Amino acid sequence: MSTDSVLAIEATGLEKSFGETKAVCGVDLAVRRGSVYGLLGPNGAGKTTTIRMLATLLPPDSGEARVLGHDIVDDADAVRRAVTLTGQLASVDEDLTGRENLILIGRLFGFKRAQAKERAAELLEAFGLAEAAGRLVKNYSGGMRRRLDVAASIVVRPELMFLDEPTTGLDPRSRNQVWDIIRSLVGGGTTVLLCTQYLDEADQLADGIAVIDHGRVIAEGTPAQLKASVGSGSLHIRLLDPERRSEAEPIVARALDAEVHLEADPAALSTTCGSADRAAEAVGELTRSGIEVANFSLGQPSLDEVFLALTGHPAEEQTPEEEIAIEEEKAA
Amino acid sequence: MSTPETTAPQAPLTDEAALNKAISSAPPPPGASAISAALTFGWRGMLKVKHVPEQLLDVTITPVMFVLMFTYIFGGAIAGSTGEYLDYILPGILVMSVLFTTVYSGIAINTDLTKGVVDRFRSLPIWRPAPLLGALLGDAVRYVVAGTVIVVLGVALGFRPEAGAPGVLAAMGLVVVFAFGLSWIFTTMGLLLRSPNAVMNAGFMSVFPLTFLSNVFVEPETLPGALEAFVNANPISVLATASRGLMEGDAAAADIVIVLAVAAGLTAVFLPLTTRLYAKASA
Repeated sequence: MSTDSVLAIEATGLEKSFGETKAVCGVDLAVRRGSVYGLLGPNGAGKTTTIRMLATLLPPDSGEARVLGHDIVDDADAVRRAVTLTGQLASVDEDLTGRENLILIGRLFGFKRAQAKERAAELLEAFGLAEAAGRLVKNYSGGMRRRLDVAASIVVRPELMFLDEPTTGLDPRSRNQVWDIIRSLVGGGTTVLLCTQYLDEADQLADGIAVIDHGRVIAEGTPAQLKASVGSGSLHIRLLDPERRSEAEPIVARALDAEVHLEADPAALSTTCGSADRAAEAVGELTRSGIEVANFSLGQPSLDEVFLALTGHPAEEQTPEEEIAIEEEKAA
Repeated sequence: MSTPETTAPQAPLTDEAALNKAISSAPPPPGASAISAALTFGWRGMLKVKHVPEQLLDVTITPVMFVLMFTYIFGGAIAGSTGEYLDYILPGILVMSVLFTTVYSGIAINTDLTKGVVDRFRSLPIWRPAPLLGALLGDAVRYVVAGTVIVVLGVALGFRPEAGAPGVLAAMGLVVVFAFGLSWIFTTMGLLLRSPNAVMNAGFMSVFPLTFLSNVFVEPETLPGALEAFVNANPISVLATASRGLMEGDAAAADIVIVLAVAAGLTAVFLPLTTRLYAKASA
């Protein structure tokens, strides 16, 4: 047991197929202890399958991985003792109350009844669920359910936490709460492997990111490196008068020396733009030409733009394949 | 200015200090023993009975209707009088009622699979068979409830067994033990089939004919030869006979031994099988 290793996860050549579908084809990962590592990719890219293999829920077809120094196949029990997984489906029991869910997990970890109750109360309080503690989880909102799910994952604080799209489908407020919780966890020394479809989320939380497409890691680095390799974010401009968009287009194109897209909104146009200074210049040009700007924004590159830059194709949703993969998994 | 990519203003959690405390103050417990893990899952099963009592209603209403219907409509024709038929049929309906309830063990496990909660259980460092064994222990409580409903109804209708309360309790115990063994079959179905509905259909399609092709409702001697042989070999017949015997105070030890052996055999075969299926199954 190399528990003193600086790597929390080291995986080489992980592969997994479901029938004809290759879900993961040769993933290598190295995740430092105490860091947050993001797996970024569209639906069906192989993120969930990778995370399920690392969490010992699926045996890999080939390749190997050590999690916290333990082999995920030969020493699966040791891995399970040190990690938790918060899956895409909230892994809580809908027919139980929030409190009962946490007591259940506490008891399964070996807490005595009174200790389990105490721990449940502490977590419910900390996660803002104290009032809803006695309600059945099926009546919880999406954000509450997520928070309970994360609470259930830290009844015993794990050394490593797998988070599979923890904020998909949440409103911005609930999303921020989940992010706060993740930051606190990391502050407490937990390593986090985070799957996400949002570059924004990875950027907010992760120290390192691997971009996954078609079951392969296609790029790796810090969020800053990744964004730099993509080149730039995008500038969105909305004009006061839609009639003047055709005039505005060549002005912006000239100012930024970039191709300008006309958006579906008849008053809006967008383009790629590397820096805030240059964006301001382009907007200034428009104003000087007497074209009034209603508003403009400079955003980070979206997942689509990252994919376009890295692969030359937009992030396709590979949903049908994923569904097949899930069916195959059930049949296996 | 609209800046869609920046985050909304931070909505603070109710109490950040409490959050940090909850995250840091977790002394790791020693781990749950196999028995304690299984009993905890049993407790979960009982909580479900408490929170979703409709399920229990579903499975008890049919046997209640059967008691009334068979006793008052067919009783006179089959046994000469409704009272005599009630004495014959009541232990049999007890068997039927509890066996129908076992189908729900499979439905419950399949429902778990379609939700994410199984992933949580599988990623815990617990004794592997604990979730399944525990679920069935919890279900045993349901079997007792289903059985009690029938016995109480029977007594209200005039059922007075020779062996009195101890006999009835012994019969109930035997039926519950057999049901525990039988429910492994439905748990297996629950792990293999794709939806709770499919489990319900397949489950009742097997338990219905098996119950009717037994001596629960009629004496086997009244049946055609081949059918009589099948009915006599049906373990459900043996169970019904043993239950009647226990209630009337003249049970054959051999019948009881057969029933216990079948339950033990089913458990021995299906416990390891379902444990393996549970580790792999996904919805």
